[in-house]
Amino acid sequence: MIQVSNLSFGPAANPILQGIDAEIPAGRVTALIGPNGAGKSTLLKLIARQLTASSGRIRMDGMDLAQTVPAQLACKMAVVAQHLSVASRVRVRDLIGFGRWPHSAGRLGVADHAAIANAVELFDLGDLQTRFLDELSGGQRQRAFIAMAYVQDTDWLLLDEPLNNLDLHHARNLMAQLRHLTELQGRGIVIVVHDLNYAISWSDHVVALRDGKVAFQGPVAAAATAERLSALYQTPVAITRLGGQPFAQYHR
Amino acid sequence: MSDPAVSQARAPRRRLLLVAVLLVPLALVSLLVGAGPLPLGTLLSDPQALQVLAVSRIPRTAAVLLTGAAMAVAGVIMQLLVRNRFVEPGTTGTSEAAMLGLLAVTLLAPGAPILVKMLAAAGAALAGTGVFMLLARRIPPHQVLLIPLSGLVYGGLLMACATFIAIEAGLLQYLGVWMSGEFSGILAGRYELLWLAGGLALLAYFAADQFTIAGLGRDVSLNLGLRYGRVLGFGIVTVSLVSSLVIVTVGMLPFIGLVVPNLVSRLMGDNLRESLPVVAAAGAGLLLVCDILGRVLRYPYEIPAGTVFGIFGAAVFLYLLLGRQANG
Repeated sequence: MIQVSNLSFGPAANPILQGIDAEIPAGRVTALIGPNGAGKSTLLKLIARQLTASSGRIRMDGMDLAQTVPAQLACKMAVVAQHLSVASRVRVRDLIGFGRWPHSAGRLGVADHAAIANAVELFDLGDLQTRFLDELSGGQRQRAFIAMAYVQDTDWLLLDEPLNNLDLHHARNLMAQLRHLTELQGRGIVIVVHDLNYAISWSDHVVALRDGKVAFQGPVAAAATAERLSALYQTPVAITRLGGQPFAQYHR
Repeated sequence: MSDPAVSQARAPRRRLLLVAVLLVPLALVSLLVGAGPLPLGTLLSDPQALQVLAVSRIPRTAAVLLTGAAMAVAGVIMQLLVRNRFVEPGTTGTSEAAMLGLLAVTLLAPGAPILVKMLAAAGAALAGTGVFMLLARRIPPHQVLLIPLSGLVYGGLLMACATFIAIEAGLLQYLGVWMSGEFSGILAGRYELLWLAGGLALLAYFAADQFTIAGLGRDVSLNLGLRYGRVLGFGIVTVSLVSSLVIVTVGMLPFIGLVVPNLVSRLMGDNLRESLPVVAAAGAGLLLVCDILGRVLRYPYEIPAGTVFGIFGAAVFLYLLLGRQANG
């Protein structure tokens, strides 16, 4: 479980996050939702330790994140950032191999190569594995980075808007794979999503942010109601059921 | 395992072998070419010829190879750490700061041993590079050309300071010597510091993975548990030391650190574990070609290797810039 307590970030006069208390369950898919500028990505970056909170603390499975050394954390949590600007020319396969770095420190063994080959297959990168990152499209690059995070083989996987560059096929495929990882391997997944329907149909748990504060949180079925979502986005949202899944209707 | 992955693993070794095989005849030519002729036939029976070989030609050839390799390695490290293709010690203020340090120590302690002078230059280079890194961090990374341009302006400022001090102190001649890299003055006993530069380049190879990961950015490095600050620090110290060692012994050699890594990266990418030996070998080979050309073009006079490389390097640099635009 990730426990966020009384977390604040940003200048005191104009904080980006303010007094966040949240619990993210282990072994589940949790979606961070909310309007633009609510602080979803900031919260994810704070958990990932890419940013340092101005106050408050984050515990991950009982460990205080502020007290954990980077190498230890890299075996516990893998992060895929939103902007994957890459200036260097690294091959897709080599990039995925770097995901084993926290475990192998550069000496890839048989098990490491097997994990890499598995990730290449899982994320549909077979044809791209010898290509350089700067020759890929945004979506292909994103898949390569997700595959790298996957082979890191961590209890926790954090993804910041991973669906952004993906087409329908790959977006759906990715969500299905994340579900798969949760259900088969018990990994905890935290994901920032803009598309409300992806959030409510694929995740178990939601944490909704608005103006730097938690608007509501809890299991999807109980927490993500039509009234709360309408208030969250200040847009009428109707929840219907479509093929057994909740479906948010807000387009018109 | 699929075939492309296997052939990919073998290709770097083949490339390294190719470059290394080319280096051998080049080095032999370098041993035989110079103002004093060394006929191959009588070489081993002529004690005077052997002395020329031992005192001048072998040291010179070694100096060129070490310098070329170390400068190319310094360039690729700088490019990965700044995350920009168009930087090298000559466009980040590193070389200019080293010269300022060298000038300062020449003024304050003219009789200091060369190692002390080198360390003063390295200290100044380190500070100068550090300031550039802070500067570069404020420039959005997608402004690809703004970073090297800022570096050139910054280096120009440092150079202006150095020139002013040199004029006031009557040391302009020294500055001229440091600024044009050439190997005609290399003799046994006057180049050995360059082995240190070569050693540093070799040391960098042990951190090849770390540099490659750092080149993917701070967030990716943190995610993989890399101590990003340490890698950055190690890289800057290596680059500063290499630049200072080269300036103190042979003078400034711009463009090697820029051109060689770009050429190698086009062919085999930036995974330093694979490419760093090729970068080093290609840097050594290209500089040796330039030095040999410098020796024969106006025989028996010499054109500095730095000048020859400058012409070649400027042409390649323009090609890279224009090629980039053509690609969008």
